[in-house]
Amino acid sequence: MSFLTTSAAMLLATSATAVAVSLIPVGLAAAPATPGTAAATPGKATEDTAIHPFRTVIPDDALVDLRRRIAMTRWPDKETVTDQSQGVPLATMKELASYWGTDYDWRKAEVKLNAYPQFVTNIDGLDIHFIHVHSPHPNAMPLIVTHGWPGSIVEQLKIIEPLTNPTAHGGRVEDAFDVVIPSMPGYGFSGKPTGTGWGPEHMARAWAELMQRLGYSHYVAQGGDWGAFVVDQMGLQAPAGLLAIHTNMPATVPADVDKALQTGGPAPSGLSAEEQRAYEQLVRTFKQVDYARLMGSRPQTLYGIADSPVGLAAWLLDHNDADGQPAAAVASALNRTTSATGELTRDEILDNITLYWLTNTGVSASRLYWEYKGGFFNAKGVSIPVAVTVFPGEQYQAPRSWTERAYPKLIYYNRVDKGGHFAAWEQPELFAQEIRAAFRPLR
Amino acid sequence: MSFLTTSTAMLLASSAAVLAVSLIPTPLVAQPATAGAATEDAAIRPFTFRVSDEELADLKRRIKATKWPSRELVVDDTQGVRLATMQKLADYWASQYDWRKVEARLAALPQFVTNIDGVDIHFIHVKAKEPNALPVIITHGWPGSIIEQLKVIDPLTNPTAHGGTAADAFDIVIPSIPGYGFSGKPTELGWDPQHIARVWAVLMDRLGYKKYVAQGGDWGDAISEQMALQKPAGLLGIHTNMPGTLPDNISAALAGGPPPTDLSADEKYAWDQLDFFYKHRVGYAQEMGNRPQTLYALEDSPIGLAAWMLDHDAASQKLIGRVFDGQSEGLTRDDILDNVTLYWLTNTGVSSARLFWESKLAFFAPKGVTIPVAVSAFPDEIYTAPRRWTEKAFPNLIYYNRLGKGGHFAAWEQPELFTQEIRAAFKSLR
Repeated sequence: MSFLTTSAAMLLATSATAVAVSLIPVGLAAAPATPGTAAATPGKATEDTAIHPFRTVIPDDALVDLRRRIAMTRWPDKETVTDQSQGVPLATMKELASYWGTDYDWRKAEVKLNAYPQFVTNIDGLDIHFIHVHSPHPNAMPLIVTHGWPGSIVEQLKIIEPLTNPTAHGGRVEDAFDVVIPSMPGYGFSGKPTGTGWGPEHMARAWAELMQRLGYSHYVAQGGDWGAFVVDQMGLQAPAGLLAIHTNMPATVPADVDKALQTGGPAPSGLSAEEQRAYEQLVRTFKQVDYARLMGSRPQTLYGIADSPVGLAAWLLDHNDADGQPAAAVASALNRTTSATGELTRDEILDNITLYWLTNTGVSASRLYWEYKGGFFNAKGVSIPVAVTVFPGEQYQAPRSWTERAYPKLIYYNRVDKGGHFAAWEQPELFAQEIRAAFRPLR
Repeated sequence: MSFLTTSTAMLLASSAAVLAVSLIPTPLVAQPATAGAATEDAAIRPFTFRVSDEELADLKRRIKATKWPSRELVVDDTQGVRLATMQKLADYWASQYDWRKVEARLAALPQFVTNIDGVDIHFIHVKAKEPNALPVIITHGWPGSIIEQLKVIDPLTNPTAHGGTAADAFDIVIPSIPGYGFSGKPTELGWDPQHIARVWAVLMDRLGYKKYVAQGGDWGDAISEQMALQKPAGLLGIHTNMPGTLPDNISAALAGGPPPTDLSADEKYAWDQLDFFYKHRVGYAQEMGNRPQTLYALEDSPIGLAAWMLDHDAASQKLIGRVFDGQSEGLTRDDILDNVTLYWLTNTGVSSARLFWESKLAFFAPKGVTIPVAVSAFPDEIYTAPRRWTEKAFPNLIYYNRLGKGGHFAAWEQPELFTQEIRAAFKSLR
């Protein structure tokens, strides 16, 4: 089937022109005026639906200032334990700062980002930044992939090629996707909302508008972390054209189990071994989400993460997964300088953190937790087709039984044997295989 | 009665000598307690703090270089301390605020350091003129420090100059909690409120006090209640302005459920306060309780530290907001910045947060204290302890009073009222 509306040909032509524009030298490109504001300046946003090319260009001053601040870091004394149980250890942060403040090169990340066509378009008064890569294959399936916190579009860079160009990455022509990777409002190069209301529900509506604006008559959506909330909301809203969603952090917890978790009660009786294990993982998770509770109640008070690079880095690093806090894949990446097989490296971790720093989005990103008043892992009632991949390092491994109940039109369920909370970032090949398999029945 | 042991005369003499030493110029003065370098002896050394000009210049430079987040999305403080408040604070802090003023006030007070269990404990120690003054050890909390108690020192030690009688006089000991202010930072585990309580008893013994009372709010309450449970020889009673009184059914209901239906007006008021606190304001304590080390930003960003400290309970945070809007009530801009600057200069943002990690105690549950307890219930405290809960929590309740004003930082905000409360609370134990 063709996923393009009749207007798509025009848009594609426009996009092609825009890409060309975006690759000409900096002076003529839509470069950010100041770091952080990028092309997307809330308030100045126009209501038009034009799609503007975007290029990431951070001024030298901002990079010099970052290095200066890192060098000037005032440190606390060492934790009083010999493990990570009090937070990110001092030695870890000092070693990271030592590299970040000297040899780390943001310009390399910029080159990686600018290798992909990026755009900005205004939706509901806010500039939405996105990467948009077309497959060379004509009937590619359009896919919108949404990152989470403490992530960004940096999480998804490694899956772009395998998804858009499958024949070069172990796939077939009919596995091809057109990929749209937006920055969530308040994150990265998207605008920062200046009023309330940009929760996952609103983002889901904005994503549908974005896909329509790109000329896609039929498409699928994918997400983990906040991206999972957004795709669940898209699934609930079921906009015209949305065929299905794939989530790597599914919300499947049955109401009685969720209630027991919230009140700290014992697990409901009758859980299978797999369910009991998920319950225990959730109990652990809810003990490791103080960062989320704080951002959910007092995001503005985190002035320190706007002002201190090391403060920001520690805050972003200390996200848990099933294997630890900080997440095992992230903690181990800090010691990995190169990776042949796609595992996270120190540079990738710093690319993501530096993006938060340069766009000044530590606090604006936190506000998403404040905006959202719903439950975390409870089943939301999505009735459109859903595909689920369960990664072993995710907050909890969604049992098949719960997943089938939560998503009555479950078209795909697979438990894979490696990968954690940042699945696309940690295991890009596996992730790409999952996306291909998940959406195959819909082609 | 006399509260002094026989060894006290000697100690007093040596205190006077060291006090003289502490007033000589900076280079000869004892420097802040450094954990690790601590000696194991029981000597009581004089202490004065003088920060270098360079450190003050660095602080101002950092404040001026603050990288700010965008403005909150709401027109109230429901997302945290408002940007306008922090920018007013930063402006005053960097341009007009003078740390040297409070440094001079502190230097005018007898301060000492003594090593207990390997950590240097800093304390202010002011004696009343009256020979039979009642010794009291007053413990601050988080995000407080000895700064909270400065205004009550003279009224308590010199009551006749402050509307009291000679019979109201106290000798005052105001320690800095380990990891806070000028006390050493523990490098080993185990400095929970129970340990600190034991150390306070050693301190009072070392000062020669045979009979004394203890007072505290916030962590100071937790420590004072632990002292009361440990019943060290000499502890006559405690006064708390943040008592642990919650009945079990209230604690259970707060974890997720409707309030019990049989609450009196006072109890409903307390329930609403607690429900609000646990739904909207306990995040700071949970974060520090589980991940204190991750708060690197508190050490590296003065504004990050200030915002984190200002955003304690809702009432005090709003009060501080009004102060920086130009109103004067309870606290001044200088009061607030004296306390924040003390944390900054002593680099204790993270070390103080560790107490939340160390403590496994429930904040507001009764602990089973059976010795005499006096309670002042301030209306703007995290919760205002109802009389019925308080009587049940403390079977030996010797004093209970509900005040018309004052909040979490009672001694700091309402020093006169607080002083009257302490006098009245302990009258029966003299």
